[in-house]
Amino acid sequence: MLAEATAALTARPARTLLTALGTVLGVAALVATLGLAKTAGGQIVGRFDELEATRVEVSLDNGGFFGQQDNRPNPLPFDAEDRLTRLNGVAFAGTKTSIDLEGAFARSVPVVDPLGQTEFQVPMFSASPGLFDAVRGQLETGRWYDHGHNDRGDAVAILGPAAAERLNINRVDASPAIFVGEHTLAVVGIIRAVEREPDLLSAIIVPDGWARTTFGIVAPEEVHIDVEVGAAQLIGSQAAIALAPNDPDLLRVAVPPSPGQVRRDVEGDVNALFLVLGGISLLVGAIGIANVTLVSVLERTGEIGLRRALGATRRHIATQFMFESAVLGALAGLIGASLGVLVVVGVSANREWTPILDEWIPLAAPPAGAIVGLVAGLYPALKAASIEPISALRSG
Amino acid sequence: MAPVVHLDRIERTFPGTPPVHALRESNLTIEKNDYIAIVGPSGSGKSTLLHLLGLLDRPTGGTYWLDGVDTASLDDTARAGMRAERIGFVFQAFHLLGHRTAVENVMLAEIHRRGGSKQRRERAEAALRRVGLGHRIDAFPTTLSGGERQRVAVARALIGGPSLLLADEPTGNLDSKTSESILQLFDDLHAAGLTLAVITHDDDVSERAQRRIRIHDGVLTPLTELVDRGAR
Repeated sequence: MLAEATAALTARPARTLLTALGTVLGVAALVATLGLAKTAGGQIVGRFDELEATRVEVSLDNGGFFGQQDNRPNPLPFDAEDRLTRLNGVAFAGTKTSIDLEGAFARSVPVVDPLGQTEFQVPMFSASPGLFDAVRGQLETGRWYDHGHNDRGDAVAILGPAAAERLNINRVDASPAIFVGEHTLAVVGIIRAVEREPDLLSAIIVPDGWARTTFGIVAPEEVHIDVEVGAAQLIGSQAAIALAPNDPDLLRVAVPPSPGQVRRDVEGDVNALFLVLGGISLLVGAIGIANVTLVSVLERTGEIGLRRALGATRRHIATQFMFESAVLGALAGLIGASLGVLVVVGVSANREWTPILDEWIPLAAPPAGAIVGLVAGLYPALKAASIEPISALRSG
Repeated sequence: MAPVVHLDRIERTFPGTPPVHALRESNLTIEKNDYIAIVGPSGSGKSTLLHLLGLLDRPTGGTYWLDGVDTASLDDTARAGMRAERIGFVFQAFHLLGHRTAVENVMLAEIHRRGGSKQRRERAEAALRRVGLGHRIDAFPTTLSGGERQRVAVARALIGGPSLLLADEPTGNLDSKTSESILQLFDDLHAAGLTLAVITHDDDVSERAQRRIRIHDGVLTPLTELVDRGAR
């Protein structure tokens, strides 16, 4: 029966291919869609921002300044750095707290310049020494302040490049002094760049120890953690407990989405749209097969009558036409899968992506095409089976 | 031994207003190795009789025994099996599949028949040689002449060793010279023991038969009785 079905198809290859074209395109669209979605998803993971993937941030859940506005105690400790660096997977950690200067101006060594402005409002942050590594800062000149400065509450400051320029400070080898309101600070370093928390670039950064005694800060506002690649989810689940074992629920831990989640999201987005398109073209392909098979049934009434005369039952005739359209569909699935794979590879080569394709997709395409063909062939086959041999033989 | 065909008061009426009586209470017996011709003008019921004999249609009345089997007792599948095993058809329009070679067209007859498929090609080639087409085994019907095509059709009808060869206007599409060669082939097959029933309106064709039966308005009338029936 299979041989009979394929013989009828191979007799007119051009027509067979045209008939199958719709299904070919449908299957190709589906395979290409699934492949491209997978490839694009893989690509996004490949390009996935290493900077973002290693960033974990902990802050008070109410988002209030100083953690006190909501009458909720801020459980963040000043020794956050020590607590977190003990966790396996944490590379660096540091606290960051914005300080309300209440409008105080900052200025450097007074120079009498009647034309130039010498006093500025510059934002100030207090930070633990680990913050500079946690935000991946680079120094332009000087040094970071260290735990010694922090523990002693030394009046030292690091300037962001923007702040340094406004204050007209470009060398720190003599530890130039700046004045913020009534306080005097010795500048020990100037930042060149940070990869996170860019608001540090325009700010004066002082040690937590000095800020606590000078401004009465009771708890850090934010804790920034630089984690090992791949540890973000783990640290995200541990950080709150490590920082506030009594009330971890008060803390909000911001972790990057897991790579798997990102990939699924991307695949989902791409898939949803194109699967619908692929499905539609498959439907159109099935209608095409049904249509041409129906025409061919009418055209081959003579053959059907002959086969009936030669002893074929109605079931034989129906089976033969079903087989024909199923073989046609399988063939279309095969060609379509090949085209789809070529599209995926071609697009990937063009974009210099790594093509990724689940192996089951090209394998499943021919059976899927056969099912499409089978469904499409159902009505024409029944039509063929209902042809009376008498009328069929007369017409031929 | 049971006759190949025995029709007992067979009737075929097509429903309609008024109903069409294509065949009325007809009796017909075809013995083994008979060569009969059924003649009649268009619309006389020739085709109806052919379809009844070929098990392509069911009578509305009467009984049809084929090789001693009451065909009314058979379901569609069994009737299809009887067609495959016992009846060979030859049509006016040949009904060859254009995209198959001669031998493949002949092999088509055995697809729905029991038996091994291994020697199918050999049997098909033997049947083609029997009708004198041993040299055109792998030719496509489009490259064959009308007479050759009809020979392929005859070979297809012969391959299973049918009890009855039913030919419907076998020379209707052929010129007189080719017709003659086909008729000669029928004579030869008959001489070799085959039972033939040829339906025609052509006197040249019917004269070759041993027995002629005229059909007019659904009624069968014998024209020539078999002369030497007792001798066989």
